Amino acid sequence: MHEHLRPSPLKHKFFTPGVIVLAVLALNGLVFLSARFFFGIGSVTNLNNQYPWGLWIGVDVAAGVALAAGGFTSAALGHIMHRGRFHSIVRPALLTAMLGYTFVAIGVFVDIGRWYYIWHPLLMWNGNSALFEVGICVMMYVTVLYIEFLPVVTERFIGNIRLKGILTFLNKPAEKILIILDNALGKTIFIFIILGVVLSTLHQSSLGTLMIIAGPKMHPLWQTPILPLLFLLSAISVGFPMVIFESMLASRSFKTKPEMDVLSPLGYTVAPLLGLYLAFKLGDMFIRETFVYLNEFNTASIMFTIEIVVGIVIPLRMFLSKKVLQTPSLLFTASTLVIFGVLLNRINNFIVAYTPPYSFGSYFPSFGEISVTVGFFALLVLIYRVIVLNFPVISRPDESFIIKTKYTIKG
Amino acid sequence: MKKQNRRNFLKTAGLITAAATGLSVKSAKAAPKNILSEDRLGVLVDTTVCIGCRNCEWACKTAHNLPTESIENYEDKSVFKNMRRPDETALTVVNQYENEKYSNLPVNVKVQCMHCDHPACVSACIVGAFSKNENGAVTWDTDKCIGCRYCMVACPFQVPSFQYDKALNPKIMKCDFCIERTKNGKLPACVEICPVEALTYGPRNELIKIAREKIKSNPDRYIKQIYGENEVGGTSWLYLAGQNFKGIGFPNLGTKPAPGVSESIQHGIFAYFVPPASLYALLGGIMWLTKRRNENEEEE
Repeated sequence: MHEHLRPSPLKHKFFTPGVIVLAVLALNGLVFLSARFFFGIGSVTNLNNQYPWGLWIGVDVAAGVALAAGGFTSAALGHIMHRGRFHSIVRPALLTAMLGYTFVAIGVFVDIGRWYYIWHPLLMWNGNSALFEVGICVMMYVTVLYIEFLPVVTERFIGNIRLKGILTFLNKPAEKILIILDNALGKTIFIFIILGVVLSTLHQSSLGTLMIIAGPKMHPLWQTPILPLLFLLSAISVGFPMVIFESMLASRSFKTKPEMDVLSPLGYTVAPLLGLYLAFKLGDMFIRETFVYLNEFNTASIMFTIEIVVGIVIPLRMFLSKKVLQTPSLLFTASTLVIFGVLLNRINNFIVAYTPPYSFGSYFPSFGEISVTVGFFALLVLIYRVIVLNFPVISRPDESFIIKTKYTIKG
Repeated sequence: MKKQNRRNFLKTAGLITAAATGLSVKSAKAAPKNILSEDRLGVLVDTTVCIGCRNCEWACKTAHNLPTESIENYEDKSVFKNMRRPDETALTVVNQYENEKYSNLPVNVKVQCMHCDHPACVSACIVGAFSKNENGAVTWDTDKCIGCRYCMVACPFQVPSFQYDKALNPKIMKCDFCIERTKNGKLPACVEICPVEALTYGPRNELIKIAREKIKSNPDRYIKQIYGENEVGGTSWLYLAGQNFKGIGFPNLGTKPAPGVSESIQHGIFAYFVPPASLYALLGGIMWLTKRRNENEEEE
C-alpha cells in the first residue's frame, strides 16, 4: 500500500457545533435511561402486555445489527476476496460494526427486564430458540470484532508508548507485549476474519427467524418462512451503502474530499445485491399471494409500499446509473435510501407487522423511548469521532499528493 | 438422534464461548423440560354451564398470593362491559359475550393459559425458563428468566404478562395450573371453587372422551368442536361452547404446533453444524485462492 493511503489518526478539532448537539442528545437519552433502571421499563416506555417489543428491539437491536453489516461485507470483500483497492474501507467499516454491535448489546441490556441476568444464555441453553442462537452468535461476534480491531490499537501504540513519571519503567515491557500481540494477531487474524463472516451470516438470518414463531400475530405481508433469507439478503445489500454513507459523512465532517475512486466501484456491487433482495421479496409476495393486502388502505399496506418503492426500487434504479455512481451527492442519496429501506423493513417486521389478537390500542414509542434510541445513536457517533481522531482508522490521501494513479496492491 | 447431535454441538459452541468469557460450564443447567406425557392432565371448561360468578378469579388470586378484594365484590357484573385479559394482577379472568341462541342468557368464558402440548413459549425462551411438565402444566422458572419477553411475542393466545412497573426482579406472570397445589393432591384453585362444576379436572384423554359424549348426547346444546383438542397441536385446557368459538373470544389458529416452522428453520440452518462449518471452509478456500492470485499477479 502506498504511503499516502495508510490509515492514520485524523487531525481535526473534536468540538464543533454538531458535536455539542450530539452531546446534548446523548445526555437527554441517558436521563430517560436512568429512569428505566430506577422505576422499571413501564415508567419510560409505552410497552405493555399486548406489545412486549417496541422501538428498542426494533431499531436499537434489529436495525442496529442490520446497519452494522458493513463490517462483515467489507471484510469479505477486502480480506477474503482480497480486493486490494477496497482495503481502505475495511477499517472504518470494522469500527462501525464494533461500535454498532456494542450498542446492540447495550440495547438488549436496557430492554430486558432482568439486565443483571444477561449472562444467563451462556450457561442456560435452549437450542430450539432462535433468540438463543442470535444471542450466542452476537456475543461471539462482538468478541471477534474487538479482536479484529486490536491491530489498530497495537499499530497506534507500538513505538508510541510514552508513559511519564514513575510509570516510565513500564514503557519497554509494554512495547514488547504489544509487539508479541501484534505478531500473534498477524498470523491468526484470518481465523477471526472468516469466523466473523460466518457468525454474521448466521445471526443476520436468525434475526429473521425470530418473528416467525409469532405466526398469525404478524401481518401476512411480512410473515413468511423465508424471513431469514430476506434478512440476510437485506443485510448484505445494506452493507456497502452504509460504508458509502459513513465515508461521505466523515469526509464532510472532517472537510476532506469524498473518496470517489473507492466509493464508485463499491457502488457497482450494490445493484446486483439489492436486485436479488427485491427478487426474493417480490417472489415471496407473489407465491404467497399476499399482494391482495395491498388493496387495503391501512398502515401495513402503506408502510410495505414505502419500504419496497422508496427503500428498494428507487435506489436500485439509481445504483444502475453510471451518473449516480460518479456523482457524490447522488451516490449519497441512493445509499441513504437503501439504509432507510432496511431500517424501515426492520421497524415494519418488529413493530408495524405485529398485531396481537387482543389489543386495546396500538403501540407508538414514548418520548422517553425515542430519547434513549436517539441518545445511543448520538453517543455512538461521538465515540466514533474520538476513535478516528486518535487511532489509525480512516485512510486519507496526504495533502501533498495529488492522486489520480491506480493503487498497487499488497496481498 | 438428530437432536442429540445438535445438543452436542451447542455444548461445544457454548464451551468455546464460556471459555472465552472465563466462565465455568459446570453449573450449566439442562435444556428446558418439555415432556408430553400420555397421562397429562387438563381441564374441560363448559362455557354453557358457567354462570359468570367470577369466584375462580378470587380463588386464583388467593392461591397465588396476589392482592384481591373480598369475594363479595366479585358479584359486580359491571366488569363485563369491557373485554379483559389475564395480566400480571389476575392470572385468570371471565369475559361475557352475547348468546346467539338465548339473548337473555349471556355466555361466560374463563380465560387463562391454555397449557399447550407444544408450547411456543417453551420453544422460544432464550434460556429455557419455561417447561412443559409431566402433569401438563406449562411453568416458568424465575431463576432463569432474563425478562426478554420473547415468550409474549411467541404465545399464540397472548397469555404471558410482564411486571412493567418493577425495576428489580420483574416477573413473567401467567397461570401455572396451580402446580404447587396439585403436587400436594389438591385441585387447581379455580376448579375447586367453581359452584356449578363448569370446570372438570382430569386426564386430558378422559376429558376429550367426556366432551365428545356431551356433544353427542346434547347436539342442540353444543357445537361440534372441542376447542383445544387440535388447536396449535392441542392444549391441556379444553373448551365446549354452544356457538362459534370465534364469536366468544377464541383466536382461529389451525392445528399446527406454534413452534413448528421456526424450529425446523432453526435446525435446518444448524443441521449437525454442517452448513456453518462448510461456509467457513468455503470462505477459507476463497481467501487462500484470491491471495495466491494476487501474489502471482504481483510477481508478473
